[in-house]
Amino acid sequence: MSLTETDRPPVQPPATRRPVSGRRRWSGRTALVLLAFMVPAIVFVGIFTYYPLLSGIQMAFRNYNLNDLSDTSWVGLDNFRTLLDDQMFRGTVANSIVWVVGSLVPQFLIGFAMAMWLRRRFRFRGAYQALVFFPWAVSGFLIGILFRWMFNGEFGVVNDLLMKSHLIDTPVPWLADARYAMISVIIANVWYGVTFFAIMILAALQGVPEELYEAAAIDGAGKVRTLFSITIPSIRTTLALTVLLRVIWIFNSPELIFGMTGGGPANETHIVTSYMIQVTQEGDYGRASAMGVMVVFVLMLFAVFYLMAIRPRPSLPRRKGLA
Amino acid sequence: MIRSETLAGRIVRFGGLGICLIITVFPLYWILITSFKDPGTIFAYPLKYWPGTWSLENYRGLFDQSNFGVFVANSLIVSTVAAALATVVSLLSAYVLARFEFVSKGAVMGAFLVTQMIPGFIALGSLYILMTRLYLVDNRWGLVLVYVAMSIPLCTVMLRGFFENVPASLEEAAMVDGCSRLSALFRVLVPVMTPGIAASYIFNFVNCWNELFLSVTLLNSDSNKTIPAALNGFISSYNIDWGSMSAAAVLSIVPTMILFAVASRYIVEGLTAGAVKE
Repeated sequence: MSLTETDRPPVQPPATRRPVSGRRRWSGRTALVLLAFMVPAIVFVGIFTYYPLLSGIQMAFRNYNLNDLSDTSWVGLDNFRTLLDDQMFRGTVANSIVWVVGSLVPQFLIGFAMAMWLRRRFRFRGAYQALVFFPWAVSGFLIGILFRWMFNGEFGVVNDLLMKSHLIDTPVPWLADARYAMISVIIANVWYGVTFFAIMILAALQGVPEELYEAAAIDGAGKVRTLFSITIPSIRTTLALTVLLRVIWIFNSPELIFGMTGGGPANETHIVTSYMIQVTQEGDYGRASAMGVMVVFVLMLFAVFYLMAIRPRPSLPRRKGLA
Repeated sequence: MIRSETLAGRIVRFGGLGICLIITVFPLYWILITSFKDPGTIFAYPLKYWPGTWSLENYRGLFDQSNFGVFVANSLIVSTVAAALATVVSLLSAYVLARFEFVSKGAVMGAFLVTQMIPGFIALGSLYILMTRLYLVDNRWGLVLVYVAMSIPLCTVMLRGFFENVPASLEEAAMVDGCSRLSALFRVLVPVMTPGIAASYIFNFVNCWNELFLSVTLLNSDSNKTIPAALNGFISSYNIDWGSMSAAAVLSIVPTMILFAVASRYIVEGLTAGAVKE
């Protein structure tokens, strides 16, 4: 590892440095010290993150079941083939799409509205933000448990409130009935994620120059026109990147489902990642690893295509806005 | 002001914000009052939106009927140690990544950022086998090592930002005065960066405290389980005892909420800590 200094005067006497292709080189001693600083981080991440990841990839191509380790031979693409033929797995793929889209769209719309409402200063705005953003500190798993209790079919507060307001006559078994279980976990996830959007969008909105709004007002632009011609184009990049991050994150967050339904009833609320964890717990590491490989591969492909799609076209006049 | 607001606009805005507030806070409120209700009144109609009598019976039951005290202690030990270790290791790597240019720097940063896109549980099986080979399954210190690795990348990126707010002349002056690089880092830079380091530590702590799948997979005996691993056992039973369950949920949520409230203040301080900026 060759270390060169960026932009500040050297600490070592000049004699110990030699120019290397235009860059100044640190003395061997300093390089060693800096290497020693990097080593612990690299060793930890290497052993406990990258080694399992890489050995997980090779496991995806083997017959590796903890319940019977007598034959761990290479099986090529068999694990992938079994999965694609597996009705259960296909169901979790469909559920994942419903889960991601169903959570993302309401999160985006409500988060956007909240950010617009919070843009204008008012008394106690700081306190309001602190209160509303508390779900951030709580794990998805515990959020799932909170909502499992509220959506309880017999003594849940959701049924009680709906019956009191005469929207339903008899209690709905939210989490026991396949028709309502997915809607219930999505409601919980929307609740959990709205504040993330609100924070990101609010931060972006505060970077939109005031003059743009003044100019729009002078030109007689109405509220809707201002929203679509000024606000949204100005924060377009933030919106697009936030959506990408959220898609990946929602797809990869089975904790809430584990806390709320455990994938039930009859696997109706399992998404790919929660099913993957269940298969791991059952001991079929080969098949679980194959799912892991597919998840990472598909999400990477998605990210690449998405980023290509949202890249600003050079032919369009670019607005000066917040990146 | 952005544009003068009509009365109707005001009503919509504050009405919307009010509804959002109620909906956001309600689940927390509900689990809190459930945990303080008399166990008999939790499962009784009509549901009470304010407990008639406040009772600590659920908390007592939780500690009597399970090893919840042990789980809390385990969570505290694992999270405190892992967060501290991760912060120190990240401090060193963040310092190098903030201050120096070197050939493999981009690769290291990239490798760290990739781990943020891939969830930690994606290679659960191979991690379990690795830990078995290292004799670290069902071992709290084994979980600590895994959590340190889990926390380092994001913590490094955060601390790197804080280092960039502190001028290099600070540690260079110390080194001219005869300090070694390590002691310059800890004696001169760390005191200046305390708010940022505290915020990073709290961030790590909360993430370790909340982590579910790694702890469920790697710990199996009651004496080693952390709170999430124990809660996972509670909700797997056919009949959940919602009285003690709500008490357990409250006890695991409240510490992280307090820490986050503290940390957000530190983060603001961290951002404005550029007092020594050149």
